Amino acid sequence: MTATNSEAVLPAQGIEAPRSGRVDPKYLRSKTTSGSFEMAAWVFMRVSGIALVVLIFVHLWVNLMVGDGIHQVDFGFVAGKWANPVWQFWDLTMLWLAMLHGTNGMRTIINDYAEKDSTRLWLKSILYIGSTVIIILGTMVIFTFEPCLLDSTTGEPLPRAVCPN
Amino acid sequence: MTQSKGTLYRGREGMWSWVGHRITGVGIFFFLLVHVLDTSLVRVSPEAYDAVIGAYKNPIMIMGEIGLVGAIVFHAFNGLRIILVDFWKKGTRYHKQMLWGVLALWIVTMVAFSARHLMLFLEGWN
Repeated sequence: MTATNSEAVLPAQGIEAPRSGRVDPKYLRSKTTSGSFEMAAWVFMRVSGIALVVLIFVHLWVNLMVGDGIHQVDFGFVAGKWANPVWQFWDLTMLWLAMLHGTNGMRTIINDYAEKDSTRLWLKSILYIGSTVIIILGTMVIFTFEPCLLDSTTGEPLPRAVCPN
Repeated sequence: MTQSKGTLYRGREGMWSWVGHRITGVGIFFFLLVHVLDTSLVRVSPEAYDAVIGAYKNPIMIMGEIGLVGAIVFHAFNGLRIILVDFWKKGTRYHKQMLWGVLALWIVTMVAFSARHLMLFLEGWN
């Protein structure tokens, strides 16, 4: 980061893109540069955004717009979908991309509004811990899903469990 | 261009679409956290999952679902518009027209979604 305004392009020659690196030092919060990470995050938001439009629109269509709509969603419905590896992969991809996209969005918002270093650190720590827990939990649920849950004492299938006859 | 306030951005389409994108994004993020947790109940017991998912199937929550999908659809279409502003050569010139396009598509999508969602809900509602 050059941290000088001397190279800024005059408006007559076109206006420099915002946050392009030439920032007056007195406006910098941090002495370190994070250029490549921020660039990767910017690209990720656009790539994951396009993927999420497809993933989520199909998710809403299949779960809410066809069949019996919202009334069809129950344990048996989930068991039926996750019997197919395509839907397992679909939901896993949706979980990871949506959580990372949302977490990065929240990180941007925290950076924008929390001006104190300690406040930003605290809020982002809570955000990253929370997101990690949710991603791991969701991933484990998809991979360890068991349609035929049994009662631990009697060994009989639990009510509404989906078991092969 | 009729420009009296001396600003290209503040209080205009660019700013308000940005505000809308932020607010819908935060709302969707918090729903996502709840949605992963409620889905995780499939590992507890089928009855626990069905009981909690059953809470989504009443008239108040149906309105909430229409609001949630409204937020998702705006965020999706406006996000695609942002990508066009960034990567399409004429994106910055037509950002306003594209915003009107986003809002028009949003209205069409939401009329269709709301009608279908309400119809299916009322059909199966005891």
